[in-house]
Amino acid sequence: MTETYQDLELQLLLEAVKTRYGYEFTHYARASMMRRIRKHMRAAKTDRISDLIPLFIHDETAFAHFVKDMSVTVTEMFRDPDFFQALRKNIIPLLKTFPFIKIWHAGCATGQEAYSMAILLDEENLLDRCQIYATDFNENSLKIARSGIYPDSELSLYEGNYSKSGGYSSLEKYCSRGYDSIKFNGRLLEHITFANHNLVSDGVFGEMNLVLCRNVLIYFNSELQDRVLKLLIDSLRSRGILCLGRRENIQFSQSSEQLETIDRHQRIFRKKV
Amino acid sequence: MSDTAASSVERIVVVGASAGGFSALQTIFSQLGSEFNFPILVCKHLGIGDEKGLVNVLAKRTGTTVLLSQDKLPMHNGCIYLAPGNYHLQVESRNTLSLSIDDRVCHSRPAIDVLFESAADAFGENVTAIVLTGANSDGAAGVRAVKEAGGKVVVQSPGSAEVKAMPKAAIKTGCADAILDLAGIADYLKQQ
Repeated sequence: MTETYQDLELQLLLEAVKTRYGYEFTHYARASMMRRIRKHMRAAKTDRISDLIPLFIHDETAFAHFVKDMSVTVTEMFRDPDFFQALRKNIIPLLKTFPFIKIWHAGCATGQEAYSMAILLDEENLLDRCQIYATDFNENSLKIARSGIYPDSELSLYEGNYSKSGGYSSLEKYCSRGYDSIKFNGRLLEHITFANHNLVSDGVFGEMNLVLCRNVLIYFNSELQDRVLKLLIDSLRSRGILCLGRRENIQFSQSSEQLETIDRHQRIFRKKV
Repeated sequence: MSDTAASSVERIVVVGASAGGFSALQTIFSQLGSEFNFPILVCKHLGIGDEKGLVNVLAKRTGTTVLLSQDKLPMHNGCIYLAPGNYHLQVESRNTLSLSIDDRVCHSRPAIDVLFESAADAFGENVTAIVLTGANSDGAAGVRAVKEAGGKVVVQSPGSAEVKAMPKAAIKTGCADAILDLAGIADYLKQQ
């Protein structure tokens, strides 16, 4: 009984949000979304999901917090070093055969992985031939990403990841330090375009050689996963490379037949001709 | 296992373990064997790469299917699903699991609270949550959620736990229906 009402309340809340602000969360995966909604219920000291409807409709700041919470900002430099190592070893040689390389990093959050990619490309003497498009729907995250400034306290974690990923020297070569922060060199940023893009409502990015979308699809339900996976594949040129998160699946998706597996463990795929 | 439509999951068991959990899980599952007809979801705090050992050991002890969870994996009765390192494992619906990389809870990802709370949400009273040995308080918020939804809570007796903090934190919530040693927990599961 209560469960039925909960579904109804959730549906009404998401419809209200869509109508009022244009944000479409209807096809987000339920469990993660419920965690976020509960967090907002605790903050607003409300017992019911539907109590959030007037709050979000009338209080733009409260809703902005919700949007911020709905976008996952957990990321780090060279996250999953094994993945970056596989990229360096097996994918970079493929990319080297192209005169110009376009890379789309979908769901880049605060940008650390886009800088990681730029560093990797620089070490492989490819950066000057590359353009990285790093996108997210969270403007707040993009602001941090564009600044290239991160807390100094993260540097040892980042250095560890970088070294495990097969990095050639030291991250410090690519950043300056001060005010308890690190700031990545502007030279890296010259090859990165940070832009707002919502995978749920926005369109295809054209003719990419490489698309990274790691641990984003897990926040969508199966229907939306299918739709976004198709968008990612449509954004690739023929034989372009798609990288997903370590425990993500394409086996349940209709688009999976358009891809062949290059590295099963690291979830690296190639678009078929 | 690959047939998503055929599965009809009525109830689930969720298990949380941390420090000392590897051996506790082995003990319980050795005694349980394959005598269960529901999915068991296990969240053991571990690092990336430690998962394979645990999957293999549990498969050997139980003689049943043990899977490292992937996103949107269908759930089946009689199978054990393990949370992967660095991802939260969640019950997405009555038939499906999901993963997330949300912030750590109690310094942990995977976190027991996340698993238990999502299980309570999807299965209501048809959840049994089990808290085993461990050094922090992960699972305490989770057992509250399970209890509020009408489910059952079983906690390893602190005296029998290699590390007592986690069972103690769970008991302190006042939500425990039973406090048992490992053999008792295995028996409890057999009777489910």
